[in-house]
Parts: sequence; C-alpha cells; structure tokens
Amino acid sequence: MTHYSHSIGGQTWRFDNLKEVLAKASPARSGDGLAGIAAASDVERVAAQMTLAEIPLKQFLVEAIIPYESDEVTRLIVDSHDAAAFAPVSHLNVGDFRDWLLGEQADEAALTALAPGLTPEMVAAVSKLMRVQDLVLVAQKVRVVTRFRNTLGLRERMATRLQPNHPTDDPAGIAASILDGLLYGNGDAVIGVNPATDSTSGICELLKMLDAIIQRYQIPTQACVLTHVTTSIAAIERGAPVDLVFQSIAGTQAANASFGIDLQLLQEGYEAGLSQQRGELGDNLMYFETGQGSALSANAHHGVDQQTCEARAYAVARRFKPLLVNTVVGFIGPEYLYNGKQIIRAGLEDHFCAKLLGVPMGCDICYTNHAEADQDDMDMLLTLLGAAGVNFIMGIPGSDDIMLNYQTTSFHDALYLRQLLGLRSAPEFEQWLARMDILKQDGQRLHLGRQIPAAFRPVLERLP
Amino acid sequence: MTSPEEAAMADKPAIDNPWQTLRQLTPARIALGRAGSSLTTRAQLDFQFAHAQARDAVHLALAIEPLAKRIQALGLECLSLHSAAADRQSYLQRPDLGRRLDEASAERLQAYAANHPNGFDLAIVIADGLSALAVERHALPLLEHIREQIQRENWTLAPITLVEQGRVAIADEIAETLKARMVVILLGERPGLSSPDSLGLYFTYAPKTGLNDASRNCISNIRQEGLGYPLAAHRLLYLLREACRRKLSGIQLKDEADMPVLDQATVQQRNFLLE
Repeated sequence: MTHYSHSIGGQTWRFDNLKEVLAKASPARSGDGLAGIAAASDVERVAAQMTLAEIPLKQFLVEAIIPYESDEVTRLIVDSHDAAAFAPVSHLNVGDFRDWLLGEQADEAALTALAPGLTPEMVAAVSKLMRVQDLVLVAQKVRVVTRFRNTLGLRERMATRLQPNHPTDDPAGIAASILDGLLYGNGDAVIGVNPATDSTSGICELLKMLDAIIQRYQIPTQACVLTHVTTSIAAIERGAPVDLVFQSIAGTQAANASFGIDLQLLQEGYEAGLSQQRGELGDNLMYFETGQGSALSANAHHGVDQQTCEARAYAVARRFKPLLVNTVVGFIGPEYLYNGKQIIRAGLEDHFCAKLLGVPMGCDICYTNHAEADQDDMDMLLTLLGAAGVNFIMGIPGSDDIMLNYQTTSFHDALYLRQLLGLRSAPEFEQWLARMDILKQDGQRLHLGRQIPAAFRPVLERLP
Repeated sequence: MTSPEEAAMADKPAIDNPWQTLRQLTPARIALGRAGSSLTTRAQLDFQFAHAQARDAVHLALAIEPLAKRIQALGLECLSLHSAAADRQSYLQRPDLGRRLDEASAERLQAYAANHPNGFDLAIVIADGLSALAVERHALPLLEHIREQIQRENWTLAPITLVEQGRVAIADEIAETLKARMVVILLGERPGLSSPDSLGLYFTYAPKTGLNDASRNCISNIRQEGLGYPLAAHRLLYLLREACRRKLSGIQLKDEADMPVLDQATVQQRNFLLE
C-alpha cells in the first residue's frame, strides 16, 4: 500500500492511502464528520489538499479506493476508462490538472473529448482543490446536450422539471399544478411526478394522465413518474406510456443494493425504455437522481468521503446515456450537509464533477426545515448554478413540495434566472410557449401573458 | 394623462393570475401572482411565516413534565428518559446519538426492568423527534385512542416512556430492556411548510437494538389536516393484531388499509385538463 505525506510548518502529515487523502482533503461537511473520516483540523485538511495536489492523475488508475473485486461500480469505472482520451492530461498531477482546467486550452471541445478519459475519483480530487469560482468557471465551459422530445443542455439555455406533486396523487390536484407551471413557462426538462403510491396500477394511471396532457396540448416535452425502475419495467409490460425511466442511484455497489438495483437491472430498465421508441429527436431516456450522503446513510461508503462517492454515481449514470441527472443536494438533511454553506458548495461540486464526466447535470436546489438553511441560501446556489450553466432545475409551486415536505426552486425562481442571465428554455419548448401566448423572451426581457391562453380557457371555464 | 385603469395598476403593482379557480384543487402554492416575474410581497411573506413556524417546531423543546403529568392523570405509569444526544445541535448532526439512551436513562430503565422481570406485551414510547409541537398537540389524544383499542386485547402495557432528543430506533433499545414483545413509538415528523405539527408512528414486533427500517411499519401524517386519531389507532391495531398472528413486522407486513388506487374512471372524470 502506498503512503502519502507532506511536510509543512515544521510538521509532517502522513496519510495511509488515496482514500484517506481524499476524505481529509474534502472541504468540511457534517456527513464526513458523522462517518469519522474528516480531517481533524483545518490545518490537517489543507495539508491533505497539498498532498493531493502532488498525486499524479495516473495514480488514480492503479489505486482503487474501493476494491475492483468487490464493487461493480469500481469495475465499471476501470473497465470503461478511455486511455486515449486521457492522454492530454496523463502527465499531470491533481494540482496541475486544476491549473490546466482553468487555462485557455481547456475549451469546450477539449473538455468534451477528455470526459471518457476521466474517472470520478480524478474529478472529485480536483474539485477539492477548487474554490466556488473555479467550480463555476470550469463547469460553464462544458455543455452536455441530450434529446428526447426536445433539446436540452444548449448554451445560453436552462430547462426546468415541472414537479406537480400531490400528497394523495389526486389527478385534478396534479393537473392544477401542471397548468400553473406551464403558465409560468416551466416544464421543458420533464413533467415529473413523485408519486405517493407505489402500486403499479396507480403508477400506470399517472403515466396515462401525463401522456394524455402532453398529447392533447402538443407540448414538446416528456413525462416521468419517479418510481423504482422495476415498477417502470412492470408499467411498460402493462402497456403504459413510459417516456423516461427513473431511478435513484449511488456510487457504490452496496449503496445501489440498498436501493434495490444493480447495473444489470438498470440495463434492463434502459432497454425496456428504448423498446418504446417514444423519443422523437433522440433516445436519451434515463432520468437519475443522486445526492451526497446516500452511500453513508446506507452504511455502504467503505470509508470513502461522501463527495467522492457521489462522483462515482455519475460513472453509473453516464453508462446509460441519460436525458437528465440531478443531485437532490439538500434533501438528505443536516447530518450530511449541515447548513446553507455546505449545501451550496456541494451543489456546485456535484454539477462540476458531473459535467466534467459528460453527464447532463441538473440540480434540485433544496433544503429541509431541520437544516440551517433558508431561501437566501437557495438564491445563492441558484444564481451560481445559472452562471455555471446548469442543464435544469426544479420548478414547483411557491417552492413548497406538499408531498415530500421540503423546499425546492419555484416556477418564479426559473424566471428570475431567465431574466437575470438571459437563459432561455429548450428551443422546441420556447417556440411552444410563444405559440401558446404564454411567454416570449427577448434576451433578458420576459413577456408573460396576463390573460389565460386560449387553449386553456375552455377547460378553466368549466371549473366551478 | 393616465387612465384610471393605469392609475389603479400603479397603486397595486403586483399582477394577479386569472386562474385562481385552480386553487380549490390542491393545497399547493399555485396562482400566486407575480411582481414582474418574481414572487409578490404577499406570497413571499406567507412563505417566510410558514418556514418560521416549521423552524420553531424543529427547535422547540419538549415540555416533558406537563406531558408526564397528563399521562399519569390517565392512570398510566410514566418514565422520563433522554437520548445520548445532549442537545438539538448534536441531535441534528449525530443521528447515532439520538438512537440510543444516555447512561443515566439506560440505568434507570434497567433498574425498572429488574423489578419487572416478566416483561410486557406492548411498550409505547413518545419522543420529540423533529417536532415537539406535533407531540404536544397529538401524542396524548392519540394515546387515548390507542389505549381504548388495546384494552380489548388484554395485552400488558409497559410504562409509557417519554424521550427527549429521541429518534425512531431508540424504541428498540427501550423495548429490549423492558422485554416488550411489541413497541410503538410516537414522534414528531420532519416539519413541512404546511405541516409543522405532523406526528408519525412506528411499530416493531420483536424489537431489538440494531434493527433497521425494513423491520418497522410506519403510519405518518397524523394531524388535524391529515390522518385523524381514530383512523390512525385503527390502522395501528390492525398492524398489531396481524403482527401477533404472523410474528413479524416491517415490509413483510403490509398495511392493507392503504390509500385507494386511482382508476381510469376517476382520472378521466376528475382531471379538468383532459375534459
């Protein structure tokens, strides 16, 4: 086993292995403290970062932080590594890699070509040496474009997942939130419901309803009911209209097992989705959610820090050419990310790592009421992710998810970013919004209709 | 010259949404209107108030003495305990500490158990969890409904244990010490913006330290606007009886009183967007 050490200020710091250097170099967060793997002091943390900066990227290809023999995610990472793509940076250590990423030569084309040559551990490592502005600046160089019924991830654009959750899956309640969201110009990433039920027949009815709404109003978007991959497969077998196949994923085999999945099952879900041939512009159809702390909460982290575990989940994601991936950054609670500062940094790290690995990354910018966070913290992360070129964010009525009991970004929040940064919807959806007299965007000027659009007037008039 | 209409607009710069009628269909914060394209002052302050209520619920300390007195007034024995999480800060960051008793509490409970070596059929634990407000409002009335139902079963009931800074799994340690065959814990759920006082209930058959959620059954959202006390107690008793019959709890013991499955007819009938 290789040892690592660094001498500074008259003291020599020793670390047993790469896994320990990574954990101790990680900016402070409660989850690593809970796991007992965080640096014991600020000085030890920086010493670990200095140690990490000197480790050659090549070392990451020979020192697995979770053994190859016992973890299929490690096997996926190692077996799919593209040595030719890695060549441009193969001579660098982690510190030089940070400098390289910030330089002019690391443009969109270079970073896109590099992605298959990078491992999650390499990008997690370099992120630990970066400040917030580095995470934003480098991430915005990269675009990851995906297609199903529209085109997501283009430069100067940002999409929203319309999240019309209801505590009892009431169809009219869900439809009311969908219409509200559409009238605020949301829903191009997906109209995606977290169901209260886990019954397959209930899921099938929700799928039929979402499909009928999309067809009736000819909305260039896709639907998803965020249920377990096995339930989506069962729904497809029953003939229900499944656009996107959803699954929560994590960065270790054992954590995925706690979700009731493995790579083979994801492959089956992916193939079941492909068999539907429902995509019109492309066949990116997987939708994954991730989040720091999930491996630790399943006691499946192998002593690896939560941010590195999270980056490993993106290796799982990119295998299946997803349409959408998002970290649900503040959902897990204060024992993993204690406050606004930790949530903000984690959201930016996740977005940066995913983009560098070629994953179409969005973010559920969120918090729970037992975290030390509030709307101001969310505004900071929202603004920073907008600047960083995030593919999509959530859109929910008034930031309040009445089914999952947490706060995420609102329909209004998306319009704030459009106005502030001139970010437009997916092109096909933007045209639909204009055609429907809902929203026209002229640079940073938004023209929102004040009347109910003609297409929706008859159904609203029929309501008591 | 400005028209009267324009003057009125200048008076009220916020823009209403003409689809207010949708609000009857969901408790979600829809049709909020806008200021430019941002949240209006009114919607913003409504949200902040709800968040403040939820925050206060998380940090409110459980008034343990008055609760103990009210339980004793029902003719029930009562023991006050504390988890190994000394305060709310440590409770929020160290879930492991909230899952076990502090030393003094563990000793007190062991002393009690030594004097009652035959054990009990059922132990009921009440813990603050993430909302002492939920416990203050709902624990006692729910306890009365549960008690009424279990009297018919002739089960022996352990003293009611009240736990400060407690998480769900602490019930396993308490029940194991008391030699209880079944344990139910009532505790405050993570407060939502519109539900600062939601009580949750977890049940385990053959409880012992180290079990995980797969061994438990949960009934949640017990509050005024959610699940009522009689129905919650009814569903719990169903679980208790089934667990006694099948000698297990958790994922293998499904709550048959699940919510009704949507069917095609209701979807078509009730979804106005597809009419």
